[in-house]
Amino acid sequence: MRETNMKKILISLLFLLFGTSAYADCNIKSGSINILANDFPALRTFVETAKGCKGSADFKVTHSSEHNKIAVPALTANPSEFSARIAANSSIVPLMNQDLIRPLDDLVKKYGKGIQDSQLITIDGKIMAVAFMANTQHLYYREDVLKELGIAVPKTYEEVVAASEKIRASGKMQYPYAAAYKAGWNLAEEFVNMYIGHGGEFFKAGTAQPSINNAKGVATLNMLKKLAGLSNPDYLTHDSEAIKVEWESGNVALMTLWASRSGTLLDDDGDAKITAATKLTGPATVAGGNIPAATLWWDGFTLAKNRSDADAEATFRALAHAAANKKMVADAADQAVWLIEGFKPGPKSIGVIEAVKMKAKPYPMLPQMGLMHGALGSEIVEFLQGKESAEQALKDVEAAYMSKAKEQGFL
Amino acid sequence: MPNKTFFWFFLPTGLAMILFIGLPIISTGIQSFYAQHDQVVKEVKKCDPFGCTVSIVVDQEKTSKIREEKPLGKFNGFGTYVDRNHLAIEEIGNFWNETNSFGEFVDQVTNLPFYKALIFTLTYCLFVTPNVLLLGFIIALSLNAVTRRIRGPLIFGTILPMIVTPLVGSLVLFWMIDAEGIIGANLQMLMDDPYLSLKSSKTLTWITIIIYGIWHHSPFAFVVFYAALQTVPQEPVEAAIIDGASRWQRVRHIVLPHIYPVVTFVALISLMDNFRVFEPIIGFSAEGSAQSLSWLIYDNLVNEEVILFGSAAATSMMTIVGIAILLAPVLIRTWKEFRTAR
Repeated sequence: MRETNMKKILISLLFLLFGTSAYADCNIKSGSINILANDFPALRTFVETAKGCKGSADFKVTHSSEHNKIAVPALTANPSEFSARIAANSSIVPLMNQDLIRPLDDLVKKYGKGIQDSQLITIDGKIMAVAFMANTQHLYYREDVLKELGIAVPKTYEEVVAASEKIRASGKMQYPYAAAYKAGWNLAEEFVNMYIGHGGEFFKAGTAQPSINNAKGVATLNMLKKLAGLSNPDYLTHDSEAIKVEWESGNVALMTLWASRSGTLLDDDGDAKITAATKLTGPATVAGGNIPAATLWWDGFTLAKNRSDADAEATFRALAHAAANKKMVADAADQAVWLIEGFKPGPKSIGVIEAVKMKAKPYPMLPQMGLMHGALGSEIVEFLQGKESAEQALKDVEAAYMSKAKEQGFL
Repeated sequence: MPNKTFFWFFLPTGLAMILFIGLPIISTGIQSFYAQHDQVVKEVKKCDPFGCTVSIVVDQEKTSKIREEKPLGKFNGFGTYVDRNHLAIEEIGNFWNETNSFGEFVDQVTNLPFYKALIFTLTYCLFVTPNVLLLGFIIALSLNAVTRRIRGPLIFGTILPMIVTPLVGSLVLFWMIDAEGIIGANLQMLMDDPYLSLKSSKTLTWITIIIYGIWHHSPFAFVVFYAALQTVPQEPVEAAIIDGASRWQRVRHIVLPHIYPVVTFVALISLMDNFRVFEPIIGFSAEGSAQSLSWLIYDNLVNEEVILFGSAAATSMMTIVGIAILLAPVLIRTWKEFRTAR
């Protein structure tokens, strides 16, 4: 534990040194920069790189896994607490709904040298965010366990179930499968993935009316329940961090987890034998579908609307420097699938690259999706616990969503 | 105390209470009657690294105009109170007509989020409050009988659960009852059931949270009872001993009547506290199996990317009403006693 901390301190020190000496060329003279971001290694690297070119501007950053809870209130204030927010497909939506972020067209034109067109998130012709990395949830497997039992690497969730049952039957592991099924956001995300894998649509076309209470929804729930039955019985309390720990203790042989976590899974901490046998593969499909039961995500930066233009400019220049930084991409190629020019995908990027190749769908960027996600997270729990039928659970989700959507004025 | 003196004495507290408690409650009450304006959406082209799609966004130009005119939102009356996520009046009516047996009806109603939360909250209050009173009283009595020399450290040890931050206390227990934790793993061995999990079973989660609640709140009752015990006059106790009263009789007929007002006080405070149960649900990650009214408010405010102010405000108001109803019998009784005493 202490060793890793020391390592972290050393790395950040190195970054600091790097920053001040190597990239002193941004020439930002004034303004104050304050960034809100999620907390995982790639984002820390990204923000540190931006810090490297802060010039004489003030620089503050808040890395928090609770970023979603802070973002809207903090950006609603005028002036806003943060000048930039690192957002993703889902978290940009509430910012758009409340009109809290500014278009970046002028800044991109002026300071966006090196940013590729594919990195630009445009909505209604206006650039609202600049993406720098991609993410998805995909399969991880223990090569040694699968080989020993003669199991091929699963490509579908049906194969995942069969493989897990075989591993359990062999007596090697009691709970061979893991995924972040923690009630709330995580569980809802698993439903979204599986439902999209079944080819489902969340809303009636062109409206905010829910449409998940159908055969695809039922099939999705049944598959989730099968997988839950092969997981640690405490699955409803397990988030990504908890299943990572399960994996590192060698309790799990198959797992669905974020690509952005592969770095910490494959680092030198923990049992070397498990690390060596940990292999990555693309996301699984389900029910004979072609597209994977996974969603594609981008992480990118947005600028607060309620902040002075000078601050916005300073923030943009610093972040744009990182979002077009070939050196960062080369140094931290292991940490993420960067969307930045010059990125050479390594073995840890297999998951995302496979997902893109298999034509995975991006997470739906709809104004009312957050309400659906929230309703899913609490209403499908009782089905997994065996307390109600799949149809009832889906009916509950729709009803809970409808009340919330009415209150928010979507229906 | 003359009324005038009392007035000046109470003024600062009164002002602070109005400012920090009264006004926020009024503002919450007002908010609970409003909902968001109808969202004006438009179809636009969205492009990201994975391609372009035609999709919808909120039309900011039109929305901001409506918002400026009426910043509070759309007046909704009791709309939020009676919707499906709160009192669900309409849904309950439908269940009544559709279901065949009373059991089925109750099942349907308790499946609604508000009633689910209400039932957990009431169960928690019902089990924790009396047990806290009982346990606190027993500990106070026993400690009062211990020699003075070791009483200090014992008292300190007893109030530790109250000193430990609720979140930390529940987290420690959470790890212990994990399927791999010391209590969880041993229970599995004892019961010879490898699938036994305290966290996945609803009943066991409830029991865990209730036991935690008793553990956490007893010290408060103990401290107050212990202080009250110090004021019990010794003469009647000694007289009772001479008359041959047993220990139980002494407690029943002398000590309890003497500290009765304090018992009422502790009961009131603990009822209020327990009705607002929240931290253990977060600490135990028990959202899946146990939701309380306070947790519903929290969920509306932070758990989704959209903040549901109206919902949260409505649940807050109903929590206040709930506490008032729970406390009413005790308050009325105290008031009556006060009147007769005068």
